[in-house]
Amino acid sequence: MTTHLRVVAAGPSSTIQDRGRVGYQRYGVSVAGAADPLLHAAANALVGNRPGDGAVEFTLAGDSVVVEGGPVRIAVAADAELTVDGEPVPGWTSLRLNDGQTLRIGALRGGMRGYWAVEGGFALQPVLGSVATHIRSRMGGMDGGALKAGDRLPLALDRAADRGERCLDPSLLPARSGRLRVMLGPQQDYFTPAGIEAFLEEDYTVSHEADRMGCRLDGPSIEHARGFNITSDGIPLGAVQVPGTGRPIVLLADRQTTGGYPKIACVVGPDVAALAQMRPGERLRFAAVDAAEAGRIQARHRELVDGLPALLQSAGGFALYDSGRLLGFNLIGGAVTGWD
Amino acid sequence: MSVTTPFPAPVLRAAGDSALIVELGDGIAQDLNAAVHRLDRRIADADLPGIVETVPTYRSILVQFDPAVTAAEPLGQALLDLAAGLTQSAAEPQLRWIVPVCFGGTHGEDLDEVARRSGLTTEEVVRLHCTADYRVYMLGFSPGFAYLGGLPEVLHQPRRENPRMLTPAGSVMQGGAQAAISPIAMPSGWHLLGRTPARTFDLKREPPFLLAPGDRIRFTAISAAEYDRLEGISGYLPECETVTPSVALMQGAAA
Repeated sequence: MTTHLRVVAAGPSSTIQDRGRVGYQRYGVSVAGAADPLLHAAANALVGNRPGDGAVEFTLAGDSVVVEGGPVRIAVAADAELTVDGEPVPGWTSLRLNDGQTLRIGALRGGMRGYWAVEGGFALQPVLGSVATHIRSRMGGMDGGALKAGDRLPLALDRAADRGERCLDPSLLPARSGRLRVMLGPQQDYFTPAGIEAFLEEDYTVSHEADRMGCRLDGPSIEHARGFNITSDGIPLGAVQVPGTGRPIVLLADRQTTGGYPKIACVVGPDVAALAQMRPGERLRFAAVDAAEAGRIQARHRELVDGLPALLQSAGGFALYDSGRLLGFNLIGGAVTGWD
Repeated sequence: MSVTTPFPAPVLRAAGDSALIVELGDGIAQDLNAAVHRLDRRIADADLPGIVETVPTYRSILVQFDPAVTAAEPLGQALLDLAAGLTQSAAEPQLRWIVPVCFGGTHGEDLDEVARRSGLTTEEVVRLHCTADYRVYMLGFSPGFAYLGGLPEVLHQPRRENPRMLTPAGSVMQGGAQAAISPIAMPSGWHLLGRTPARTFDLKREPPFLLAPGDRIRFTAISAAEYDRLEGISGYLPECETVTPSVALMQGAAA
C-alpha cells in the first residue's frame, strides 16, 4: 500500500496551495497560491521541503488526518491546538507520525490561515504547472476542491527519513500590524484629493465579505473623480479596487485576472499576506510608500523567506510526549501552550 | 483607416511593487486592441530579464516582474522603447472559428426576452447573431473566457438585473455591447442565447485554450439533435479558417 493521509475531518476551508499558477493570467486563469506565502514556506521548511512545494492552507480551524502507511513527517505552521491521538503536541515543530496515528489541528488562536506540510510533499499532478487549488474554476489540489472527510492525500514519500526533528521559534517571524503599506496607482487619477485623503488617513475594517479572492473593507467612502468604470485591465496582487459604493476591495491570491473598477493603490507584497491573516472586524490603515521603499520591503521579505531554513533549530530526537521538553519551548512569545 | 498612423505616447503606470501597466489608449477599439497584442508579442520577443508574465487587455498590458531580478525604472524604460514606433498596421493572418450554436429553448433561455426587448423576432436575432463578425479582444475573468466585440448594435442590452448563479459551460451569451462564450459553468448576469458543443477551455487538450486575442468568430445555427451529436464527439473542435486582416477589416466594417 502506498502511504497516504486520510482526512478524518476537514477544516472549514482547507486547500492545497503552492506559490500559484504563473503564466496563464492572459488566458483568464487565476494565480491562486498561498494567501500567506511566509507561513506556507515555514511549514515546508520545517519538513525539509522547498518553499514552493504544495502544502495545506487551512482557514480558522485545521484538519484531522490519520497516517495510513508511513511513517510520515508533518509540520504545522500556525498557532493552533494540536494533538496526536488525543495527546497535545507542539506546533512549529516537525513530527514523525506512524501508521494509524491521527493528527488533529484545532482552531487558530489568532489570524485566519495556517499551514501544514508533509516531508516530500503531496503526489499530485500539477494543473497548468501548479498544484494550487482554485475552487471557483475547479482547478488544482484535490479535484479542484477543498479537503473533505474521506479524502486520501497521496504522498510523494512512502517513508519519512529517520532523523531528528526541527522547530521554529515563531517570534523570529516579523510581527504583522494593521498598517498596510501601499503604492498609489495605477488609477489614482480616478479619485478626488479628498478621496485619496480618506483612503490614506482613515481607519478601515475588514468586513465579513472576505475570502481568498478579495477582502472588502468597511470605512469612509472613497470619492471618485470621474465615475467608477474603466475599460477592464489586468489586476495585480494586492490591487485596491474601489467600486461605485466607494468601499475598497483588496484583491488577493484567488483574484480574477481582469476587472473594470479603478484601482486607487496596490498593497505591497508582504503586507498582502498580513491582510489575508486579518479577521472580520479588525481595523487597519493604509500608508503610502514610494517605489524605492516598496523595493526595500520586498528585498527584506525575500531575505527572510530564503533564510527560513537557517532559523530552524534542532528539536533533537525527543519523544513526542516528553512534556518537559515540550514545555521548554518558547512558543509564540507567551501565547498559551494549550494543555495546561 | 490609415495603416501607418502612430499611436499617441504610451502611458506607464505603477501597479504596486512588482507590476507596471503600459497603456496605449482607452476604450474598446479594434486597432487599439490589435496594437496592444502586437506590443505584447514584442515584449515576449524581447525576452527582457525579470518579466514573470504579461496580461494584455483591451487597451493596456499588465507587466508583472520579479523585483529580485529587475527594478521598475529600467524595465519601464525598456517597455516604452518597445512601444515606440508601434503603428496601427495589422499584418498577420487571423483564425476564424465557425462555432455551431443551438439557439433558444433550454439551450438559450433568454433568446425570446432579448428578441422582445430588441423589437425583433427570435429568427431575426439568430440571423443577426450568425452574420456578425466577432473579434476576440481579450481573455479574462475565468479560464478561456473570451470577450467578443462585434455584437450588432440593435442587440445591445443591459445585463440581467438578477445574475444567474450558474450558467452551463458552452453558453453563448451577450451583455451590454459584448458577446461571449462561457468556458465553464459559472455565475453570470449575461443573457443566454444558445449553447455550443465547442469547448473554449479543455484541460485534456494541448493547449487547453481554444481562442486567442485577434481571432474571429462566426456563429452558425444548429438543431438540438446536431448539438447532441457534436456534444457526443470526444475532443470535438469547431471548424477554423485563416483570413487575412484586410479582408477581416472589410467584413468587420460591413457587419
